[in-house]
Amino acid sequence: MLEHTVKSYEEELKLLDSKIAQMGGLAERQLTEAFDALEKRDPRLAERVIAGDAAIDSIEHELQEHVVTIIAKRQPMAIDLRQIMGVLSISGDLERVGDLAKNMAKRALAIAPESHPKPIITGLNHMVELASSQLKDALDAYAARDAERALSVWHADSKLDNLYNSIFRELLTHMMEDPRNIGLSTHLLFGAKNIERVGDHTTNIAETIHFLVTGRKLIDDRPKGDRTSSTLIKG
Amino acid sequence: MQQLDAGSVQVLTSLKSSTAQTIGEPKIVARDVSVYYGEKQALFDVDVNVPRNSVMAFIGPSGCGKSTFLRCINRMNDTIPIARVEGKIAIDGQDIDDPELDVVELRARVGMVFQKPNPFPKSIYENVAYGPRIHGLARNKADLDRIVETSLQRAGLLKEVKDRLQEPGTGLSGGQQQRLCIARAIATSPDIILMDEPCSALDPIATARVEELIDELRQTLTIIIVTHSMQQAARVSQRTAFFHLGVLVEEDETSTIFTNPSDQRTQDYITGRFG
Repeated sequence: MLEHTVKSYEEELKLLDSKIAQMGGLAERQLTEAFDALEKRDPRLAERVIAGDAAIDSIEHELQEHVVTIIAKRQPMAIDLRQIMGVLSISGDLERVGDLAKNMAKRALAIAPESHPKPIITGLNHMVELASSQLKDALDAYAARDAERALSVWHADSKLDNLYNSIFRELLTHMMEDPRNIGLSTHLLFGAKNIERVGDHTTNIAETIHFLVTGRKLIDDRPKGDRTSSTLIKG
Repeated sequence: MQQLDAGSVQVLTSLKSSTAQTIGEPKIVARDVSVYYGEKQALFDVDVNVPRNSVMAFIGPSGCGKSTFLRCINRMNDTIPIARVEGKIAIDGQDIDDPELDVVELRARVGMVFQKPNPFPKSIYENVAYGPRIHGLARNKADLDRIVETSLQRAGLLKEVKDRLQEPGTGLSGGQQQRLCIARAIATSPDIILMDEPCSALDPIATARVEELIDELRQTLTIIIVTHSMQQAARVSQRTAFFHLGVLVEEDETSTIFTNPSDQRTQDYITGRFG
């Protein structure tokens, strides 16, 4: 694509992209480290993740200020307009990913003294790997302005939903086996839910990228994979 | 005062009756319009439909042909000896090159407002009264007074000038002069107004007044505005046409042009990337 006649405008838009890349990198790291803290029952790592969320929030604020200034100065049009609206939306999603990682780190801290059921942790590990690779794909799709890649991220969320559904069932079983497991299991269940929500934010990001690149909205016919809200265990 | 010319009233009446068309039909239809200035071709095969009671913006870099095309619609290019226009333009289905059509009546029906406010060196009253008078639109003085008052009112100028109608139009501020020119254009009850960068010499407040006026006028008129301000095009128009190097590149709903244009050249122009 041609560059803007006004060089400083070009630089302002590039700055938005580099901030998104930076924010996305931080969010990805927070997510994996929050899980590491949980898996390794490492309270110090958990504390660090909790403290690290502020950095993501502050990039979001910077981005919001940049966007407001660009709108006031440049009155962006067409692809530029879609980019800056996309940046606002993506930064909101990344900020939420950061919050979810922080929440998981808090739970890691709460349950660090207790021993964790191995199969559940293995399941959560799969979820985190999938969620962070999806997030990375989405961020790469943003950097490359690749609508096709965004679309494949968008379709892939169902895998994460399926993993979540199976962890949900396993945890229910675990709780029924022994009521003393309920406290720990509830934390792990929320942890799994957090990762599943990261997938939903990644899906939002993919939708935003698709709109940014093509100017067309994705029609939301994606199958919703999280079936836990309609699941009931009968005693 | 000029005598009422019964003949011209009749022509005008027949023109007016032909405007009773169905709402869905375009007001202006242009097909394969090309313009040459001597050997040089300035406009290439322009096809466009302008819907009635709407505002269409023409945008594009200087020399892209947008003003040239605008001037075809009321045959203003006829006044340039070396200009040659090909193709067809019809207003309400009537060919504007029809030999039976009086070009003076055409221009009464298709008003024009220019970049620089150009009031006649006469009183405010006379500026507005001139058109209706030469076209024989007023039966008597009271009728003419009424036309002047209504036109100034519609142009949003009456309040500011009603106590000094006999003062020269050139004594008004730039923004007021431009609204006076709009009042003059609407005094002959046109159904189309062509505006060639009407706000480029005005300050933001005067610009806002003219834009507000355009929005009101489009309830009853069809307006085409040539503008270099993307924001103005986005604010006032329902459809936008982008011209480049004498070619109509893209024409679509204004919201589409400014958020998701189809042609790369349009995108490059409106985002400020033109090479």
